[in-house]
Amino acid sequence: MTDPFRLSVREARRLLDEGELSSKELTRATLERIHGTDEVLGAFLTVCEDLALRQAEESDSRRGRPLSPLDGIPVGVKDVICTRGVRTTAASRMLESFVPPYDATVVERLRRAGAVLVGKLNCDEFAMGSSTENSAFRRTRNPWDRERVPGGSSGGSAAAVAARQCPLALGTDTGGSIRQPAALCGVVGLKPTYGRVSRYGVVAYASSLEQVGPIAREVWDCAAALGVLAGHDPADATSVPREVPDYLGVLERPLGRPRVGLPSEYFGDGIDPVVRDRVLSAVEVLRELGAEVGETSLPHTPYAVACYYLVATAEASSNLARYDGIRYGFRAPDAKDLLDLYCRTRRLGFGPEVKRRIMLGTYALSAGYYEAYYLRAQKVRTLIRRDFETAFSRYDVLATPTSPTSAFPLGSRLHDPLQMYLSDVLTIAVNLAGLPAISLPCGFDDSGLPVGLQLVGRPFEEETILRLGHAYQSATSWHRAEPPLDQRGSTGG
Amino acid sequence: MSLAWEPVIGLEVHAELLTEAKIFCGCSARFGAAPNENTCPVCLGLPGVLPVPNGKVVDFALRLGLATNSRIARTSRWARKNYFYPDLPKGYQISQYELPICEGGYVEIDVGDAVRRIGLVRIHMEEDTGKNIHDARADASLVDFNRSGVPLLEIVSAPELRSPEEAGAYLRALRTLLRYLEICDGNMEEGSFRCDANVSVRPAGSSELGVKVEVKNMNSFRAVERALAYEIARQIDALESGEPVVQETRLWDPEAERTRPMRRKEYAHDYRYFPDPDLPPLRVDDGWIDRVRADLPELPRTRRDRLVRQYGLPRYDAEVLTARKDLADFFEEAVREHPNPKAISNWTMGEVLRVVRERGLDRELVIRDWPVPPRSLARLVRLVDEGKISGKIAKQVFEKMLAGGGSPEEIVEAEGLVQVSDESELERAIREVLASHADKVEEYRAGKEKLFGFFVGQAMKRLGGKAHPGKLNELLRRALSAAPKGEERP
Ligand SMILES: [Zn+2]
Repeated sequence: MTDPFRLSVREARRLLDEGELSSKELTRATLERIHGTDEVLGAFLTVCEDLALRQAEESDSRRGRPLSPLDGIPVGVKDVICTRGVRTTAASRMLESFVPPYDATVVERLRRAGAVLVGKLNCDEFAMGSSTENSAFRRTRNPWDRERVPGGSSGGSAAAVAARQCPLALGTDTGGSIRQPAALCGVVGLKPTYGRVSRYGVVAYASSLEQVGPIAREVWDCAAALGVLAGHDPADATSVPREVPDYLGVLERPLGRPRVGLPSEYFGDGIDPVVRDRVLSAVEVLRELGAEVGETSLPHTPYAVACYYLVATAEASSNLARYDGIRYGFRAPDAKDLLDLYCRTRRLGFGPEVKRRIMLGTYALSAGYYEAYYLRAQKVRTLIRRDFETAFSRYDVLATPTSPTSAFPLGSRLHDPLQMYLSDVLTIAVNLAGLPAISLPCGFDDSGLPVGLQLVGRPFEEETILRLGHAYQSATSWHRAEPPLDQRGSTGG
Repeated sequence: MSLAWEPVIGLEVHAELLTEAKIFCGCSARFGAAPNENTCPVCLGLPGVLPVPNGKVVDFALRLGLATNSRIARTSRWARKNYFYPDLPKGYQISQYELPICEGGYVEIDVGDAVRRIGLVRIHMEEDTGKNIHDARADASLVDFNRSGVPLLEIVSAPELRSPEEAGAYLRALRTLLRYLEICDGNMEEGSFRCDANVSVRPAGSSELGVKVEVKNMNSFRAVERALAYEIARQIDALESGEPVVQETRLWDPEAERTRPMRRKEYAHDYRYFPDPDLPPLRVDDGWIDRVRADLPELPRTRRDRLVRQYGLPRYDAEVLTARKDLADFFEEAVREHPNPKAISNWTMGEVLRVVRERGLDRELVIRDWPVPPRSLARLVRLVDEGKISGKIAKQVFEKMLAGGGSPEEIVEAEGLVQVSDESELERAIREVLASHADKVEEYRAGKEKLFGFFVGQAMKRLGGKAHPGKLNELLRRALSAAPKGEERP
């Protein structure tokens, strides 16, 4: 048997069910792998050793009658998702000591499904960023090349899964924050339809855009996780009361002839030619699997990034107002009056990217600019949504690259925010339209760095992209490649 | 006040709603818990939590909207009002802005003999904030978040009020309405019914508005009327002496009986309103509106007019009885038992209300624990009307009922309070009185007619106060005139 930590969820499930492996063994191997590699990789902010072993034992006591496909499976959770009794920092000084008295609904659902919480994963501060370099606590390295970023903001989640530190992780995706790091780390990342998964307990950045989703190595694993995470939550007014399909049950169904559209705007300038080439090769595989492939257009794509940064920063400026040093988290010492307390707390507690976005959002909402910026952005958002509706009247799925480039070197875009914002140019429109999308590994560039294929589906039709993705992974082996990482985390050579 | 000036007043009222739960979480919204007892992650605004609207709050807003003939928005929107304050846990208050749930209704008030309709610009829902407590001894500021997330209706009148008295009448009418609808207890002292006023003054007949001043911190009806009167006089003085009125917020100081400028804020407020992305638009369909409408009580002014019409009550009585829904209910239930509306109205407004006030029962929005049940009061009045007891005895019976003595019939029976109407018994008593006061009889017959009352009193006393007064008078007069007289008067 391979080292247990190398198992995907699907593989581990089989061995657990057959009695070849216990959750405790799997969890212990996972924790050892984390201890052996994370000093170098930097994916985890908190490791829940005792909790994980206790949950693993409980799972083993259910042997033979598991609660769900995730029963006994170690899971890492992005540190913007609240965990009762486990520190939740959003990678910010502001929440360095925050221990939530409640679980996010997704965490509650993981617990009820019998999953094992192994730890909290690094990310960009308050999920703002595309490289995980905005974390206040540590930088996460790309397991394929330690001098490169893992992507962001769920960089810790993607890096941990790629590095075999845990078979499954939760991320959040506001403008591509699951899919882009999944692509850069060579794993699978699923962003569900807006409203499909509860946001209750997810430290809010941009409420109208973000969604929780799984990161794993196989589409099967993501389907299993979505089955656990999805469903209406009475505690989230934006979650949709709609039946949840049996994602695993439909996964193996014959594909038929899905119509796959290639939006021309996603293959043009700014896309690394090697990335484009790998994605087009993947599209060829889809064609061989029976897909009908054609070209389409999403004409408002050029406005997506600007639109996103107005909507997201406006919401962020409001969502982050609660961090004022009054009730919890960081409070600046020696303030001379109330205003001084607010100003110093926020000046010292927030990192530069968070401040930048708060300033942008405050400006966009301020009197006299609201119409020109926020309201205008909402109108553009409607146009972008309509673009997709038009495209989906002809196609079942849209296929694009996930990221215009493979993983970029650490620090290379840190001082060029606009360049950094373009990292998400291919994923952002999907959030503005609230659609489901998945990123799959589809090859490597000339430096041996992973390239991601993005499949976008109609609202609430996650099954379609999961089935197509599953078929793709059954026909290819890119997702089996393992980064050359030894026990001490150094990339081998 | 100079005739040349006309005040223009608009009022913004915040009414705390009497729902069980808060507006966006399940915490209790009731008053009087220990600090921060009624809180949860949602109303404390902890990271990650989300609001879920309480449908009951919408019901309450619709009740007021329908009762004021407002337009009900089929789709309204929750908005965030962003500002920093220690008692505001999220850094924003969830309110409504561009699309409130109700617009364009009105409240009727009486001005002299005329009825005025005061327009409502809007009614919208929002959440209350917490409360800062400054502890001088500990040199600390503390925050109590029990009120955070308690539902409020903000009711904004058009600037159509023309005097402090009209403003007072409007506020009273609005409060009566809120209480009738059982959605707010209307308690100004405890802050569950709060009022801010916008006041300006302009030359009479002008259609332009003057510079407006916002007046806050008025926690009684009297304070509102005094503050407005002061502020109007102050503005007129300023204008007449050629000084400009400054647009500002002023606080009413009840001790000094004047308004004074609020301490200037560090910077002007820009609330950066925008639609709350955590809350989908609020959709209210016809079915919802119909359900609320079907549940509306008869409104106070309609009921007042009906009481006058149906029972022939004086308008004053009807006004008093309909100031509270439960009082009017009490009256009508009693009248159903015994249809003597005026007598029952007198008893209700007199004895019943007196005891209600003494016992503080009217502090509750709905009095359930009446001093005597309405049907018992009705039966008491019936005993009087049937001549079984006198009005005076009825008061005694009422007191015994208050003390828990049972039904009026039982009390009258047990205490032997039945009125003496039997002529032979009355005559015997009269005979005894006249016999033992022969000198007084002489005086009476000599013309000292004032003594008649004395004889009545003596006979009453002899009969334990239970004599039928009419009959006693009649027989006594007969007895006094029948006997031989010293001299016949012309
Ligand atoms: Zn609460």
